[in-house]
Amino acid sequence: MLHSRSIRALAVPLISIIAGFIIGAILMLIFGYDPVQNYQNLFIGSLGDVYSLGETLRNMTPLILTALGFAVSSKAGFFNIGGPGQYLMGWFGSIVFALNFTTLPTWALISGSMVCGALLGGIWSFIAGFLRAYFGTSEVITTIMLNYIALYFVNFAVKNWLAKKGSDSSPNIVQRASLNTDFLQKITNNSTFNWGFFIAIITVFVIWMYFNKTRSGFEVRSVGLNEAASTYAGINVKKTIVIAMLLSGLLAGLGGAIDGIGNFQNISVSNNLPSVGFNGMAVALLAAENPIGIIFAALLFSALQIGGLSISVYSNTPSEIVDIVIASIIFFVGIKYIFEVILTRKWGKKQHKVTNGGANK
Amino acid sequence: MSFSTILMTVFSTTLIYAAPLIFTALGGTFSERSGVVNVGLEGMMIVGAFSSTVFNLSCGNIFGNATPWLSLLIGGVFGLLFSILHAVATINCRANHIISGTVLNLMAPALCIFLTRVFYNGKGQTPVINQSMGTFTFPGLADIPFIGKILFTKTSLAAYVAVFIGGVSWFFLYRTNIGLRLRSVGENPMAADTLGINVAQYRYLGVLISGALGGVGGGVMAQSITLNFSASTISGQGFMALAAMIFGKWNPLGATGAAIFFGLAQSLPIIGGYVPILDNMDSVWFQIAPYAITIVVLVIFLGKSVAPAADGQNYIKGR
Amino acid sequence: MEKYVVQMKNITKNFGNYKANDDISLELKQGEILALLGENGAGKSTLMGMLSGLLQPTSGDIIINDKIVRMESPREAKKLGIGMVHQHFMLIPAFSVLENIILGDEPLKAGRINYKQAAADITLLAGKYHLEIDLNAKVRDITVGMQQRVEIMKALYRKANIFIFDEPTAALTPQEIKQLMKVLRTLAAEGKSVIFITHKLKEIKEAADRCVVIRMGKLVDTVEVSETKEESLAEMMVGHKVNFAVKKQETDQGKEIFRIENLNVEAHGQLKLKNLSLTVHAGEIVGVAGVDGNGQSELIAAITGLQKVKKGVIMLGDKQLQQQNARKIAAAGIGCIPEDRQNIGLILPLTIAENLVLKSYYKQPISNKGFLNYKRINEDGRALIEKFDIRSQSEKELVEDLSGGNQQKVIVAREINAHPDLLIAANPTRGVDIGAIEYIHEKIVEQRNSGHGVLLVSFELEEILKLSDRVVVMHEGQIVGEIDPRRTSSEELGLLMAGRKIAE
Repeated sequence: MLHSRSIRALAVPLISIIAGFIIGAILMLIFGYDPVQNYQNLFIGSLGDVYSLGETLRNMTPLILTALGFAVSSKAGFFNIGGPGQYLMGWFGSIVFALNFTTLPTWALISGSMVCGALLGGIWSFIAGFLRAYFGTSEVITTIMLNYIALYFVNFAVKNWLAKKGSDSSPNIVQRASLNTDFLQKITNNSTFNWGFFIAIITVFVIWMYFNKTRSGFEVRSVGLNEAASTYAGINVKKTIVIAMLLSGLLAGLGGAIDGIGNFQNISVSNNLPSVGFNGMAVALLAAENPIGIIFAALLFSALQIGGLSISVYSNTPSEIVDIVIASIIFFVGIKYIFEVILTRKWGKKQHKVTNGGANK
Repeated sequence: MSFSTILMTVFSTTLIYAAPLIFTALGGTFSERSGVVNVGLEGMMIVGAFSSTVFNLSCGNIFGNATPWLSLLIGGVFGLLFSILHAVATINCRANHIISGTVLNLMAPALCIFLTRVFYNGKGQTPVINQSMGTFTFPGLADIPFIGKILFTKTSLAAYVAVFIGGVSWFFLYRTNIGLRLRSVGENPMAADTLGINVAQYRYLGVLISGALGGVGGGVMAQSITLNFSASTISGQGFMALAAMIFGKWNPLGATGAAIFFGLAQSLPIIGGYVPILDNMDSVWFQIAPYAITIVVLVIFLGKSVAPAADGQNYIKGR
Repeated sequence: MEKYVVQMKNITKNFGNYKANDDISLELKQGEILALLGENGAGKSTLMGMLSGLLQPTSGDIIINDKIVRMESPREAKKLGIGMVHQHFMLIPAFSVLENIILGDEPLKAGRINYKQAAADITLLAGKYHLEIDLNAKVRDITVGMQQRVEIMKALYRKANIFIFDEPTAALTPQEIKQLMKVLRTLAAEGKSVIFITHKLKEIKEAADRCVVIRMGKLVDTVEVSETKEESLAEMMVGHKVNFAVKKQETDQGKEIFRIENLNVEAHGQLKLKNLSLTVHAGEIVGVAGVDGNGQSELIAAITGLQKVKKGVIMLGDKQLQQQNARKIAAAGIGCIPEDRQNIGLILPLTIAENLVLKSYYKQPISNKGFLNYKRINEDGRALIEKFDIRSQSEKELVEDLSGGNQQKVIVAREINAHPDLLIAANPTRGVDIGAIEYIHEKIVEQRNSGHGVLLVSFELEEILKLSDRVVVMHEGQIVGEIDPRRTSSEELGLLMAGRKIAE
């Protein structure tokens, strides 16, 4: 039974991915575009050479971290839509630090920027977690509201504190503070690939360890699965909620910080919330909130996004086709019950034998 | 600027921003009252905004002044069609409601921008519509001294329609048998089932009404505020509507009130410029205030909102 | 010839490969009360589910009023005059009593619900059948007894002729049960037919005309109640001779180990416990009898630290516990088998081993510097599975995949393994099969025999009388009396539970 469970856990995303690509192909055929050519461009454009690969891996980085952030709060039973705001605060925090402490040694400058960003993201989600734990305020509303507060606050701060008069962007951080080094640029043909990717991967394993090996992670899981039983078992539920939400924001904030000092090197005024915050949610859902799964889901998501760019370069197909493919994939993941019914029918006999054997032992 | 003119501006800006939120929040109320969580309101609005804009652009010269209103209907129809996706996924395929709703939010902009590029020579935004929804002055009522100027002059007719629909929705949910049944499947679907109420049917009703109203909400946004369709036409209004619904405690009247409050809040930055004491404050405070006030109000006055008991739970027969 | 209103012929129901009902036949005559007897899991609810349209038989025929029917939904059953009163009431707490009754069959006037007419109709019916209900109250605010009357009214309102009651007495006081039996007889006298599902033999003797016994999905026999002894009914139900007594050696009552003094607890702005005092001695099982909702849950919550104590003292040995949190209280030596095992006692999607350490995972040696020693957790899990005979594939199996009885064993294992000085058991055998009941009773008595204290809170009088050394009765947040179980009848206990003081 355990065995077939893990097979199913893999079968569902694989079938979903294939089905998503088929939907995209059908749509392209309807509107007279060439799916084979486009998918080929997509593949080459995302993974075909070191430059594309570098771009894809770089684009993956914030997706991994915002997805992890969403997954952590979700494991605790909360719907943190605040990813965009927490990411933005993280981005802002990293740039502020990097611009203000240029005299620090390189290692302190970089880690300080990241910590500062993560903390700002963490404060943002902490507010929602605290209000949820102690006042019962719906985290759905507070995180939405905090998103907009972050957006307007950061816009204001960039314009009035960081940017020169009349400009909408902060100055660039010093090269020393960047996660993007000459070495990495050289091996990836001048892509934006940076050290942040490795930090994200390490973070995934840390979070995996956290959930599967630590006391606090066990508490978060317990509270998320059953708050009443956790209270009864003596777990401090309020504290656990706050910890989970805080951790969630720290991760999204770290994502923003890494993008800030790794990719953008500055911060600008923007009309909209950064979409990576929402995309992280989608990545987490595709991975069923499994930390290791998030790496692969983020890779797929990122490859589609980066490859999508070259679709519209080499043909007149709108690059949004890849977003449709992404949405379809997650749709199919969502209706996995249907696949499970089909799979169970196919493996039905074997399944029941095993279950009954267990019950009657 | 006279006091009454300031009030008129405050009031009409409030309503203009509130109208899309009211429609959409009402939509969310129907869906969640029937037990289907709807974080996909944003997507429904996008589809409504897109379809209404395309209709307006294509048929504007046929229907003239009536075009924006017909566009709203078209937005509602396409919003409804789009919401079928959510209904099928959650009601028939037992999908997690949040995943399904997120799919709507991902699918809608992808599909609509894709189609925008297909229809409008590869551009990511439509041209500006000719027949937009301007302000409206109620004949007769506008002549009432003071009040007439504030409430009924140069205001948003769509918002008045929205408030009216809010009242109708309340009547529907709390005074009719269909409303009672719709709420019952959101509270305890198994109990409803044992009384011969078709749970799936009423949940479909809830989700489809929500799609239609969300579509209309998106349509209002495009027809009266942005006047074209692009990726940024709907930027978070769906989530604001979701918040209004929770703020309004899943009650149509509450949701309407909360949406108007958010409208007022959004009009603050615009109003701030007119009010003498406020005009030398940084505009950032006006921008942040609505969201911060919402949080504070929720914490102090409302505490834990209580959702319908079976909101988000899939109903599996015989269990 | 007598008229049969229901005939179920050779009914079989499969869930996958599992046969829940195997070739069962039964008939219901007009105006009779038929009991359906069987253990938990015997297939009673499945059988009645088919009669009420919730489930469809795999094979076999259902004949209602001489016509073969196939009911695809409760709606169709309802049309045929079948009304079901479920064990877990099918009510909507947020709705009023009136709304709950008319839901699905609302009288309309000009497009809106005609509440006035509905209320008038229902009041009339309520008078005829002596059902006292408050139409305007919200269901979440009314007593269990009234909830049941609402359920009966729902069926009457739909002009049901055939009533199915699923374990109708589970949560009622003896007095309420008497009332219910009266209602059942009124229904029968009015020409309606009643089937009630039960595993309580006394009630069958009291109310039923005939009795259908099923065991493990198969029909055992259909008997005339007046011609059958309780013992033989029990034997048919269980399949072997039943020994009603528990082996309980006499122990010397030890010193007092647990004491509550003048406990006051407030919940939702209401005083739920009023100056409650209670003691438990070493080697003693103290039974707390009472009708559901008289403060038992608050008492347990207050002892275990889940509810704030307004006033009063809770002492375990010489440790004061009333201001402590749940974890400290558990660590001080209080264990608790909660009533609601699926929602409170266990975290179903976690493994057996994880559930077994749910209350001790934070202590050495399992937790070390914030990290959990999973090797140890799983080893300990295996040992406890062995010791407490939890039927499972491995310690890593999820608790949600276990049967109800084995889930309860996981809790019992965890609580007893912590060697508590005081074990609280709240309805420990509710909804578990007879085999597991015996097992759990044994463990509780073992706890007593080894010199620890047990506080047994139960709505099952039989259980209380059978296990307890001393019984206290709770009514409206107070202890209204204390009795010796060896010298008390359940009638006497019933009066106390209804709030009457013992006549000296």
